[in-house]
Amino acid sequence: MEVIRSIVQDVNVVRLAGDLDGNTTPNVQAEIMLLAIPNVKMILDMSEVVFMSSAGLRMLLVMYRTIIGKSGKVVLVGLSEDIRDTMAMTGFLDFFTYLETMDDGLKTLSD
Amino acid sequence: MERVDAYPTHDYQGFKLRPGKPFPFGATFVPGGVNFSIYSSHATSCTLVLFNKGEPQPKVEIPFPDEFRIGDVFAMIVFDLSYENIEYGYRMTGPFDTQQGHRFDSSKILLDPYAKAISGRDVWGTPPNWDDIFLHRSLLVFDDFDWADDRPLEIPMEDLVIYEMHVRSFTRHPSSGVKFPGTFAGIRQKLPYLKELGVNCVELMPIYEFDEFENSRLSPETGETLMNYWGYSTVGFFAPKSGLAATGKLGMQVDELKALVKELHRNGIEVFLDVVFNHTAEGNENGPYISFKGIDNKTYYMLTPEGYYFNFSGTGNTLNCNNPVVRNIVLDCLRYWASEYHIDGFRFDLASILGRDPLGYPLSNPPLLESLAFDPILAKCKLIAEAWDAGGLYQVGSFPAYGRWAEWNGKFRDGLRRFLKGEPGVVGDIAQRLQGSPDLYASRGPTASINFITCHDGFTLYDMVTYNDKHNEANGESNRDGANDNNSWNCGWEGPSTDSGVNSMRMRQMKNAAAMLLVSQGVPMILMGDEIARTQNGNNNTYCQDNSLNWLDWNLMDSHSHLFRFYQNCIKFRLAHPVFRNRWHLSNQDRVGSGYADISWHGTQAGNPDWSGSSRLLAFMLDGKHARGGMVEDDDIYVAMNMHWDSHWFELPGLPEGKNWHVFANTGANSPEDVWETGHEPRLDDQTGILLGDRSVVILVGK
Repeated sequence: MEVIRSIVQDVNVVRLAGDLDGNTTPNVQAEIMLLAIPNVKMILDMSEVVFMSSAGLRMLLVMYRTIIGKSGKVVLVGLSEDIRDTMAMTGFLDFFTYLETMDDGLKTLSD
Repeated sequence: MERVDAYPTHDYQGFKLRPGKPFPFGATFVPGGVNFSIYSSHATSCTLVLFNKGEPQPKVEIPFPDEFRIGDVFAMIVFDLSYENIEYGYRMTGPFDTQQGHRFDSSKILLDPYAKAISGRDVWGTPPNWDDIFLHRSLLVFDDFDWADDRPLEIPMEDLVIYEMHVRSFTRHPSSGVKFPGTFAGIRQKLPYLKELGVNCVELMPIYEFDEFENSRLSPETGETLMNYWGYSTVGFFAPKSGLAATGKLGMQVDELKALVKELHRNGIEVFLDVVFNHTAEGNENGPYISFKGIDNKTYYMLTPEGYYFNFSGTGNTLNCNNPVVRNIVLDCLRYWASEYHIDGFRFDLASILGRDPLGYPLSNPPLLESLAFDPILAKCKLIAEAWDAGGLYQVGSFPAYGRWAEWNGKFRDGLRRFLKGEPGVVGDIAQRLQGSPDLYASRGPTASINFITCHDGFTLYDMVTYNDKHNEANGESNRDGANDNNSWNCGWEGPSTDSGVNSMRMRQMKNAAAMLLVSQGVPMILMGDEIARTQNGNNNTYCQDNSLNWLDWNLMDSHSHLFRFYQNCIKFRLAHPVFRNRWHLSNQDRVGSGYADISWHGTQAGNPDWSGSSRLLAFMLDGKHARGGMVEDDDIYVAMNMHWDSHWFELPGLPEGKNWHVFANTGANSPEDVWETGHEPRLDDQTGILLGDRSVVILVGK
């Protein structure tokens, strides 16, 4: 699992690549939480996530609750059809703003 | 502050351990590890067996050290487990003495009775590896679903319209058009349909983990595999069936079902579960070891003095529900579903068994039923009994209720069916049924009566008007299985017909049934698909059919849109008129000084019903000023039912000054004039009477 961080405009972009499961989640979560400062704007680019387990879903929701709790904003981009379906069926998708592309994400966060 | 118990005290082959906490039972996350707790009254020792997911052999077997046992409970914390990758079970050591009821066998690995998810049947219908040494494996589950502001809806009992459905059957048919057919997610996608129909409660046929391959065999007639399709045979009481979840292959069935419940709630629909506590999937002495049999056979099952299994359920064994240990697990289970899944109510399969003592005798004051009735977590849950069992106990009207329990009213079904088919001499009985069966539930009120004409057991509504006899050959038992006494009538031809007269009478009879069900006091229950004339080709016991005999064909929505519209409007009408939904029985007297009795009875002459043994017609009027015991004011309602083969003129009871009769429904009229939208009912031209065609029902509203 790779976590690639960059900053575009005033937005923290975190690109995840690989499997998000019980083994990789703790490290990913630790890295993302470092960015969860008050009023943060974050895009999580999921386009290279191959597989997401139940632990991955939970990590996303914990991250979401943390960021919202600090008046920040987070959007997901690049969800594969499989992962989006899984998130929808398990109710996790209801919490998130999710968009197709990075540009859509940047636009939403700048509005 | 860090907790001391976050650190191990023991080591076993590199696994870090600590004495566990007996409470809660099952596997629970604790800081740094997992607490495993299991009890047995008769085991002498216990071993925790851990597998890496899907592996044929265990990764480790950890015997519980003596100091890890308190009372009969073995409890252990194992640290640093990769929770998504673990499957677990137990081995129990103890006596094998069948005369004494003991069947311990430490060669068997046993499912945790408290397992909150179970692997082994991850995807519906995928044949398992029968050589696997552990077929149904316990999984670890996070109970951290984010319910946001959801909780059980607590819709008053009298306001419910229940829709009985099977999860797989609802969307498995290719015509459903959903992305994941036959699953919890599929129901979610079809939620607009349920809303359009207007029901406010779905009752799901068994969703606890079961084995669809239990007793599976090839049909001698079709060559198809016959399965344990309905699922009335539980493997694990705390786990949702993985094969009913599209995400079951990912082990996310818990979240998928919770997401469905949350979404149904958001749309004003309650969720009931059909629960099967009367027996388990372990069968009799020849059945498999799955869980209870190897953990504590003598405690969990009702046994004869010789140590054989009692069979009050008709399925091989009987759970020993009034043993205090078993009673507690049932209570734990229901509390878990009510609190963790926000379940609104439970329907108990063959519930009379729950009132038998350990030797099978009916108890006058069964502790289990009492505990459930007074439990604080279940306090607002609806409890519904199928008030009979396969051992001959029939308790409709006499089920120990403690002011809480409702019943599937089998007498409503039988009476309405006989009336509908035109049997004489049942109007007296019908009058009771239409009032919520005060003869059965005098002190309990109409909400004790779940009214239904069809349910999963027996004919669908369409088949009830299409077949005189059951046609169960496809079940491979030479048509011996299933009930013989169906009170059905085929309208003149057995099976599908091209005769337009036969077909129009069938359509009318289905509407008559819907109309009478939905104007009755009590709680109506509709069987999935009856609103669009679902057929099982005359099979009245499709428990084993994973095919179009059970799957709802959504094309019927096109061919039977009129029937759907009739149901839809009748449901709306019921929910718009509190006069149908009284909490207490009608008195047949004027209690509010309106000049009318709360319910009055009529025949072809107003005020003169024909109660004679040859009568096939009846009418009644509900006085709107008596709605909800006079607490609210509603319109007046008049319902006339002519189940005779000739048409009859019904004289109408007079209305108070300024009110007029309007036609809500007339099953004798052709669509769209068979039913009107609530609030748009046309005024009746002749306010003194109305002609009812043969076998038809008229509903008028006085306003």
